[in-house]
Amino acid sequence: MTALVRRVLAYAALTVMAALVLVPFAWMLSSSLKRDNEVFTVPIQWIPNELRWSNFVDIWERIPLLTYLGNSAFLSVTITVLQVLSGSFAAYGFSKVRFPGRDALFLAYIATIAVPWQAYMVPQYIMMQKADLTNTHLAIILLQAFGAFGVFLMRQYYLSIPDELCEAARIDGLSEYGIYWRIMLPLSKPALASLALLTFVNTWNDYMGPFIYLTDNDLWTVQLGLRSFIGQYDAEYAMMMTGATLSVLPILAVFLLGQRYFIQGIATSGLKG
Amino acid sequence: MAQVITRPAPAAPRGRPRGRRAWRDILVGWSFILPNFAGFLLFTIIPMLTAFALAFLEWDSYGDPEWVGLDNFARMLGDENFHVALRNTLFYAAGHIPLTLAAALGLAMALNRKLRGVPFFRTAAFFPYITSLVAVAVVWNMLFNPTAGPINQVLEAIGVSEPPRWVASKDWAMPAVIITSVWRDMGYYMVLYLAGLQTIPKEYYEAARVDGANAWQRFWGITVPSLRPTTFFVAVMLTIQSFKVLDLIVVMTDGGPGRSTLVLAQLVYREGITEGRFGYSSAIALVLFLIVLTVTVVQFRINERRSAS
Repeated sequence: MTALVRRVLAYAALTVMAALVLVPFAWMLSSSLKRDNEVFTVPIQWIPNELRWSNFVDIWERIPLLTYLGNSAFLSVTITVLQVLSGSFAAYGFSKVRFPGRDALFLAYIATIAVPWQAYMVPQYIMMQKADLTNTHLAIILLQAFGAFGVFLMRQYYLSIPDELCEAARIDGLSEYGIYWRIMLPLSKPALASLALLTFVNTWNDYMGPFIYLTDNDLWTVQLGLRSFIGQYDAEYAMMMTGATLSVLPILAVFLLGQRYFIQGIATSGLKG
Repeated sequence: MAQVITRPAPAAPRGRPRGRRAWRDILVGWSFILPNFAGFLLFTIIPMLTAFALAFLEWDSYGDPEWVGLDNFARMLGDENFHVALRNTLFYAAGHIPLTLAAALGLAMALNRKLRGVPFFRTAAFFPYITSLVAVAVVWNMLFNPTAGPINQVLEAIGVSEPPRWVASKDWAMPAVIITSVWRDMGYYMVLYLAGLQTIPKEYYEAARVDGANAWQRFWGITVPSLRPTTFFVAVMLTIQSFKVLDLIVVMTDGGPGRSTLVLAQLVYREGITEGRFGYSSAIALVLFLIVLTVTVVQFRINERRSAS
């Protein structure tokens, strides 16, 4: 009997906690289905009188949301593909090929992680300005696709794959590139998934990169578009929440599909992208 | 960083390479590394080194760079914006670090049990971390609305007659930002703490129970000391994260009202990219980096001393 009571208490505590964590999302969702003047009511109305699904139709006409979503998707996919390919490729060199200077070079990679990006964003900006790449997607791609993070995560995983496996493949006549492509890549699927998901979500959510580089409305990402919508239409509370909900949905879908890999990526590397 | 180098790679050969096999390995090795390294060198390492050099130059978008030694740093001493930004950054760090740590540990303790549905609760606690900052900032700005926002309605309901005006007031804007950031980040550090909790042997708790230790004593006597490596790592990560805070502030308050939430990284952005004062902004960035470095080194030292005793 006491076991039952304890279990009920545990669930009660967990539910209260989850409610506290999730309340902002509940508020976002509920407000996204209201009229603008119903958002701030005293007392709070958690379930709107009338669910205005039309908000989710109207917003596409109020702001060029389709363009924004397209830009976000384009940047996220391109950067993720480049990061995964170049990161796993370099990680193979750092873990399975032996040559002098390799470890010193890897140390340089590690050292840069300690330097906050905020400390060198200005020189990056000057470079892009000189190269005439400001206000292009290319600037964002170049700056974000070759991070050290992917190299770490993949190297970490490759080190857990025994060298004997590569040695056997070499004896069988496979080239190093063949070993990478036919043995390492298939074996490292979980790590690849972690890296891909973390990179995708980071790029999708990134605000400062697009904020610094992209001035043309046509190039904007969802995050920039949403932020400027708020600046422009200060009182359209419901519409803002509709936009926020729509911007979170793709991430929710990606996250729920690949949760396991997210958590593994974080727990094994202990690093953020 | 402590956890990055967990497994050593087989040692790379030292000294001069001998024979064709060695040369082949160098070529093959570099061919793997090069695609990533080229981008990394060009867009991370070079800007990083440039930032360091720029700190000693006077350069804006119109003129030519000129060597001025430590002038940029002298200028900082008299720059009131810098003082305000430094104070605000310290304020943010002083709130964000301990509160996030406590919240993350609390969540991990609560969710470190085998009950049906616990995976759902973990997911829920983690989700804020991967929600976009813009959505987070917009929602919390509305929750913090001084007149009809839900937070103040709750405060009034429990008897606070004049609740704070949050993001609309100079004194309460920073606490509002801190609360938002704790809510956002706690799930991430919870994952690290959950991993740490799972390494504590169950026998410890059973032995303590046999000795008659209550839950509170078990927490302080077993859980906290066993988690020291995790706590150390979390504290370092949180410190770095706090001192470089930028996007949340830009989106949520843009440094306002007045300068009440202006932080160092934002000053770097304003001076460097908005105003085009490349030299001065890089000097501020260098100070920011040195602060982060110092705090991290100090934390490493404290950790070493504690582990030794």
